[in-house]
Amino acid sequence: MNSVAINRIAIWFYIGLFFLYLFGPLVIMGITAFNASSYPQVYPFEGFTLKWFDGLLRDSDIIYGLKNSLWIGFLVVLVSVPVGLAAAILMTQVYARARSFYYLIVVSPVLTPGVIIGISTVIFWREMTGATGTRFLYDGTLMTVVAQSSFISAYTMLIFLARLQRFDRAQEEAALDLGASHPQVFLHILLPFMRPAILSAAALAFLSSFENYNTTTFSILADKTLTTVLAGRLRQGTTPAISALAVLIIAVTLLGAVVYELLKRREEAAKAARLRQAQREEERSLAPAGMKP
Amino acid sequence: MHSSVGHSLILALPLVVIAAFFILSMLERRKLGSLAPVSFWRRNGIAISSYLVIAVGLWTVIMIVLPQLYMVDLSLRPKLTPAQTGGPRDVYTLENYHYFLYGSTTSSANWNTTHIKAFFLTIGASVLVTILNFVLCYPLAFYMAQVTTRARVRIFMLLLITPYWVNEVLRAFAFRVLLGSQGVINTLLLKTGVIDQPIDFLGLDVGLYAGLAYAYLLMMMFSLYNAIESLDRNQIEAARDLGAPWWYIHWSVVMPHAKPGIASGATLVFMLNAGALAAPLVLGGPRTLWFTPIVYDRFYQAFNWQQGAAYAFILLLACIVFVLLVLRLFRVGLGEIAR
Repeated sequence: MNSVAINRIAIWFYIGLFFLYLFGPLVIMGITAFNASSYPQVYPFEGFTLKWFDGLLRDSDIIYGLKNSLWIGFLVVLVSVPVGLAAAILMTQVYARARSFYYLIVVSPVLTPGVIIGISTVIFWREMTGATGTRFLYDGTLMTVVAQSSFISAYTMLIFLARLQRFDRAQEEAALDLGASHPQVFLHILLPFMRPAILSAAALAFLSSFENYNTTTFSILADKTLTTVLAGRLRQGTTPAISALAVLIIAVTLLGAVVYELLKRREEAAKAARLRQAQREEERSLAPAGMKP
Repeated sequence: MHSSVGHSLILALPLVVIAAFFILSMLERRKLGSLAPVSFWRRNGIAISSYLVIAVGLWTVIMIVLPQLYMVDLSLRPKLTPAQTGGPRDVYTLENYHYFLYGSTTSSANWNTTHIKAFFLTIGASVLVTILNFVLCYPLAFYMAQVTTRARVRIFMLLLITPYWVNEVLRAFAFRVLLGSQGVINTLLLKTGVIDQPIDFLGLDVGLYAGLAYAYLLMMMFSLYNAIESLDRNQIEAARDLGAPWWYIHWSVVMPHAKPGIASGATLVFMLNAGALAAPLVLGGPRTLWFTPIVYDRFYQAFNWQQGAAYAFILLLACIVFVLLVLRLFRVGLGEIAR
């Protein structure tokens, strides 16, 4: 056996171990969701059951938490996509030292621990609403939307920045020269160009909000989301119902990831087809007159 | 200083900074002279300009800067009854930080060993987990970025992203199922007769460290992958042709190129570990004291928000110091790591 083959075996052994570490715990947790035993275990397998899933649907706390999580995720998308877009556009229009300073501020939420974002948001709004007599704003759901958006907007900004780097400003100038107004340029040139990034950013914002725990546990106050209900249950004890919930969440995520990947591939295929079509037409129009069909 | 002064200062500060920012950006523009691009308002039009300024202004001032300043402000105040607030006793003090060090707001006789130990344990363990994550991720990141085909990278990416979207609480729970005293590994070892007593993995903190190393692994992976991917394969070929051994190629060709990625992965993973709450709550043994649950208890068990704010600020300072150290160590700028 030569050294190349040994190398190859070593690499695949390592990759196998890596993915075993990554998926092993999740797969085992998944199996326990279908075991009739009342403690989550794989062996002995006391019989296949769906009763843990059935129990979930009747658990009013979990259903409430799920609804609230979906609602918060939706609101976070509504806040963080426009804010992230504005922040990214502004980044392309400031220069030198002003830019570094601006960058430091807008990127700081990414490097701040989630618990601290939750804590500082709650402190600020408690004092602010207390001082201005607007206590009704000091509400768990609203606080969570604000706290989560503060760092999720930074994520979406980074996505938009990556896309904006490939934007050709000549397009904008051409439209302006041809008499388009500034809002028109924004709506008909920049936004369509940003569309794929807006979709990715919205998906990322929703998922980040949905799975967030560290910030939410502070900002949710007396209210509940799916993750805080889950954490509360875990403190009480370990049951297969939690495994069942995990299986559901993973299934939904997996489905989302696959759909997203398929859509992306279809869009790429359509783009490639358009490019080929354009090339064919260009060749035809450039061909010498005698060769035209 | 009486603390009513503090709030007016805090509210004025962002205004001053914004004004300074506008003046600075104007000066930078002026410096470019005739090369300067058209002004901000003319370039975007009134409507779009207002959207940009309002959206970014609200975000940076109300959602990022003011909350942090209020947190620091609160950490410097004494815990008072509502009647005393605003009264003569409402002055700035360091007593909350004093409590972190000595376990009492007045006496300095004894060190607050529980909290100080928990703090340094959290910092030390986070550094170790960060290094461990780098060691685990580097080979696969290199393999994906430089060795294998594009189609395969896509599959790997999909495989990597999927567990990443599983909730942090559930990831910790998965390790409890695996390592609990009635967990899968213990059952297996008991049945096969390797051991006759279940091993208390959670009490020994094996669960906590395994869960933490697992939880944020992929942050390191993506940072490393992005950085190594941009390295020209020819450089590796050239080094190999010149007779460099494989470890030397990694040490002096690949890693220097990937420095910004290593730095960004390290800061992210460290920060996420130091601020982790789910894993310590779910996997921590009865004697483990991670710092974040202590902070949580200051707020919602002891209901001492002033102290909680001080503890949170101490954690934030530790993270800032770590980021600065990494930047210094790798000699990269902040702009390079946060991408």
